Amino acid sequence: MDTQTKIIEICQQVAGKPIDVAPDESLFESGILDSFTLADLVTALEKEFSVKIPDSDLSPRKFDSVERIQAYLQSRM
Amino acid sequence: MPSRIVDNAELAPLVGADPAWILHASGIEQRRYAGAGESVATLGIAAAKDCLANAAVAAADVGLVIVSSGSAEQRFPGPASVIAAAAGIAGKPAIDLPMASAGSLFGIALAAQLAPRYGHVLVVASEIMSRVVHLHPTGRDTAILFGDGAGACLVSHDNGFAEIVDSALATDGDFAEALRLDFDAPLYMDGRSIILQASRKLPRIIGEVLDRHQVKASAIGTFLMHQANGNLIVRVAQALDVPGERFFRNIAKYGNTSSASLLIAADEWWREREKPLAAPIVMAAFGAGLNWGALLARPV
Repeated sequence: MDTQTKIIEICQQVAGKPIDVAPDESLFESGILDSFTLADLVTALEKEFSVKIPDSDLSPRKFDSVERIQAYLQSRM
Repeated sequence: MPSRIVDNAELAPLVGADPAWILHASGIEQRRYAGAGESVATLGIAAAKDCLANAAVAAADVGLVIVSSGSAEQRFPGPASVIAAAAGIAGKPAIDLPMASAGSLFGIALAAQLAPRYGHVLVVASEIMSRVVHLHPTGRDTAILFGDGAGACLVSHDNGFAEIVDSALATDGDFAEALRLDFDAPLYMDGRSIILQASRKLPRIIGEVLDRHQVKASAIGTFLMHQANGNLIVRVAQALDVPGERFFRNIAKYGNTSSASLLIAADEWWREREKPLAAPIVMAAFGAGLNWGALLARPV
């Protein structure tokens, strides 16, 4: 499974519903994430990709789209 | 608490929101708004006097006053000196903590350290948030959350119903811009950043204090938190794997009264519960700064 597919799968898990989103589409504006599920998303990303996301990186903008999440994760690996 | 109740039905048209959405997004049904003749100081004075009367401690026996407010009407002096004078506490130091949400938690933690030196320390938190939010559709996301009120508690060196065993306080200025009240501008809050940071930092710092004393979260009888958002309190309970009922909540009635909320919650909890205290309590708060912390208290 490629990284983008895995990220979308995690987004679906935290949103609790199937999602259909373009890689560059805002996860907030499309109603997939909100303030609270964002925290769940970060925790799930840490677990799935075995990375530690420091608090200093916890800017919602970094996690606003599948593409941005992918870019952030690549920067951490 | 101010007497004027503002429910979601009254607030909704001002901010262009649906009353049901306000409740769903925040867990808040109503809040109190201060009247024209009320100020941060007058609310704080009432809370201070109530506290001293309930504790049966004379004003003359208070050695230090700490007042938390992020919504005081003037740059200086802060409300501490006026509150202390009106409460009859003359000639003793009165310190302001203009920190907003976490101010009362910091005040209590500092009071525990200072009580051996000063004796009774009166901690007051008073906020009039209704005057710093923008009651307009552009201010909807913050205006729906906040209310006005004041609370107070007495921290003493050698008596009381619980002993403050330890506390942990923290600050991260890298996110100072995310929640702020500039001069001549309404309250600004990047809600996503604040919720994200709080969701991670609060469980962690509570765990830090508990771990130091080998106390499991499941052994805590009551968690008293800054009443920021009902959904955030649920998240913290889940992160600690503690039943949500252990977290005292009165946010539905008063909204987020910033630093006052922790003491208002503590007061209601104390009045409602059976005494004496049977299990440890945890207090925790998170807010602008960013500042956050937790403290552990045990029955005596």
